[in-house]
Amino acid sequence: MKHNGIGASAGRIARAICLLALLLPVLAFASDRVPKPVIDIARPGKCVEDTATMRREHPDMLKHQRDLTMHEGIRTQKHSLKECISCHASTKTGSVLGNNGFCQSCHEYASVKIDCFNCHASKPKRIAGATP
Amino acid sequence: MSADTNEVLSRRGFLAISAATLGGVMLAPGVRLIEIAAARAPEQPVSRKVRWGLLIDTNKCAPGCDDCVKACATENGLKNTGHPRTDAQWIRKVELKDMRTGRTNSVPVMCQHCEEPPCVDVCPTGASFKRADGIVLVDRHICIGCRYCMMACPYKARSIVFQSISDQNPDVPRGNGCAEGCTLCVHRVDRDQQPACVEACTKAGHNAMIFGDLNDPHSEIAQRVAKYASTQIRADLQLNPGVRYQGL
Repeated sequence: MKHNGIGASAGRIARAICLLALLLPVLAFASDRVPKPVIDIARPGKCVEDTATMRREHPDMLKHQRDLTMHEGIRTQKHSLKECISCHASTKTGSVLGNNGFCQSCHEYASVKIDCFNCHASKPKRIAGATP
Repeated sequence: MSADTNEVLSRRGFLAISAATLGGVMLAPGVRLIEIAAARAPEQPVSRKVRWGLLIDTNKCAPGCDDCVKACATENGLKNTGHPRTDAQWIRKVELKDMRTGRTNSVPVMCQHCEEPPCVDVCPTGASFKRADGIVLVDRHICIGCRYCMMACPYKARSIVFQSISDQNPDVPRGNGCAEGCTLCVHRVDRDQQPACVEACTKAGHNAMIFGDLNDPHSEIAQRVAKYASTQIRADLQLNPGVRYQGL
């Protein structure tokens, strides 16, 4: 009898934990505890591919393009990181990094580290005479 | 409206063609006013037929002048971090003196873009590589910062970056922990421009540096190399550098 009681209470606790685990993401979304990424596009318009493709495949595109550029000198603009930055840099900070930066805000949300900007400039090139 | 546009375009096309023809007129056998550039389209890979090279006339290179070094630093974003002994150095001026005759030379030395680059031989990851057109580069995506290439290079042309870098030139990505060296301003070369050092030298009126395709018999550099004596530094190593010196 006593033995059964312990088993039943353990089962109840386990069930509660499972329920909580299932509910947690829902709760998180419902209460807006996790800040959503800020997608603020300075130059709205059509990206080089549709949004779904870009979200899923931009790392592969960049990786493919980087090898072509580095080793074969192919400098087409379509999938180049420089072009991404020149379109997606924030109008306020001029950068794709920073709290509301196009790259950083999404990568922080997804908890994926970006290595690109250890070497690459996060701001487009300043053209003489152009207004930032 | 469309007729107008057509007319404008055709006139522009005509002007371009006549300019090209005029430029192509030979002034003397083999010397053209403007080289008719066989420009490479951006989607076209670099060709093995091209061998980029530099010819440095040491007779015209003044001691103490560092216009090329400054231009390189500005173009490639090499900044003084306050650690001169370890700062990256892509090009430097070397002063030479023949102790017997007292003759002095001042020469800029950078990556010599060897045909048989030792830095490529020793690189354990394949980051150090030679492009088909003869430009020796470091692929920073693959570089692990082991510095074997720095040891292997007989010209001391490679550096390593010790500090985090920000505000790079978007055309020249550079970062902490990677080996690097002169790229012959590959980003400019791919746009049919001259390397920054050559441009600065010409702009200042020294005309001590010529950049061009060593394989193209019509290029100024190929003609100069064919006509005048030029030497490679440490030619005994048989690396066949693309950088040659006149008057050494």
